[in-house]
Amino acid sequence: MEKKTPLYQWHESHGGRIVPFAGYLLPVQYETGVIAEHNAVREKAGLFDVSHMGEFVIRGKDALSNLQRIFTNDFTNMTKGRVRYTPMCNESGGVIDDMVVCKMEEERYLLVVNAANRDKDAAWIKGHLEGSASFEDISETLAQIAIQGPASPLILSAISKTIPEKYYTLVENGEAAGIPCIISRTGYTGETGFELYCKPADAEKLWDKLLEAGKNDGLIPCGLGARDTLRLEASMPLYGHEMDDTVTPFEAGLSSAVRMDKPDFIGKAALTGKEKPPRTRVGLRITGRGIAREGALILYQGKTIGKTSSGNFCPFLKEAYAMALVDSSITKPGTPVGVDVRNRIIEAEICTLPFYKKGQN
Amino acid sequence: MNFPANLKYTKSHEWVKNLDGGIVEIGITDYAQKELGDIVYVELPQIGDALKADASFANIESVKIVSEIFSPITGTVKEINAALNDAPDSINKSPYDAWLIRAEGKIPEGKLLTAEEYQAQLS
Repeated sequence: MEKKTPLYQWHESHGGRIVPFAGYLLPVQYETGVIAEHNAVREKAGLFDVSHMGEFVIRGKDALSNLQRIFTNDFTNMTKGRVRYTPMCNESGGVIDDMVVCKMEEERYLLVVNAANRDKDAAWIKGHLEGSASFEDISETLAQIAIQGPASPLILSAISKTIPEKYYTLVENGEAAGIPCIISRTGYTGETGFELYCKPADAEKLWDKLLEAGKNDGLIPCGLGARDTLRLEASMPLYGHEMDDTVTPFEAGLSSAVRMDKPDFIGKAALTGKEKPPRTRVGLRITGRGIAREGALILYQGKTIGKTSSGNFCPFLKEAYAMALVDSSITKPGTPVGVDVRNRIIEAEICTLPFYKKGQN
Repeated sequence: MNFPANLKYTKSHEWVKNLDGGIVEIGITDYAQKELGDIVYVELPQIGDALKADASFANIESVKIVSEIFSPITGTVKEINAALNDAPDSINKSPYDAWLIRAEGKIPEGKLLTAEEYQAQLS
């Protein structure tokens, strides 16, 4: 039985087309459609219900040493209010999940994890905590709303005096329209934007206040469909697509979030010497006619060199793109390849990531 | 949603229009385009391809999904709507003008629904 977010009634009564996703019932789109929602985020602003995301708290004297050991990134130089992206690996160097770690206080960290991995992550972290550190899953106590797009700072500042000024920072005791919330300057769309965490009981009011504040600046509600095309266009990896527990962060192109210079972390031994893996995440621009989605084989000079991990039509760029894991010897941008889509070979070329970068066009 | 009375329909959401000379025009219904969402690519057959009733003859891709389109007719593709290559979203805008193919052949007995019958099975 899928769970409903605190905004479920709102989505249903406002034309949201509801689908099951990661154990929740969420809108895939509203009446406006995926393309209009996608372009609203690129050009103006969009509002997303991301209450399905999981939130954990790790606290205690040994909180930091546990983070250092359980995750691949380095948190030692983080100051209060900073947010940092990190993979979490198993002993063989495969990715269990990717998440953001927020430093709330010296001995207290908030982790935001993928909904589908919440139970698996909780079990793994709890099973590996050492010393004086506690773990708490607070997902049910928080709703999460993301406002994304170039107009989002303007819209949010109309109802909030506590917005973080720098990318990847947060304000814990923030407020918007008088509603207490954590406001973090983060997102998953490739645009400027914020993620607001509030009590479930306040979610609908906060959602309405944001929509009202943004109505003259083009803010519209957006569904999971646009969330996925936006993150693809910005070439952001998604767990279960670009990475899973059989893919290393190096293969997924996440080496900047893996600090091999740390004394130790789970997976380090297995990852040692694998910094240059035999397969790598690349971008593909579809130059022929068609769309390559996940799982399509990639051919180069008659040989299979890999498989697409995500792909779709990118509405803002108006071209089809895909991300793929391919043989590391064939990653030069411009290399022509074929993609097998339902037994038809579509022409494509390897291209640089990201497909879209803020401020483009 | 709109279901013109001069067209016939299939349970799998195609519409069929009788043209002169035993030719039929085939497209997808208003309901189908709405379910698919923004259409971004149409993979059409080629002129001269054989069609088999209930077999897939085209693929329509929206940002959300790829969907097979089934033939109501056993016969041959006579014409394809090449304008869809550049404007696949015309199916969203005007589903009964944006036909996919024109074909010649035999429609199995009892295969097609009236607008009323089609609408009744949607609810």
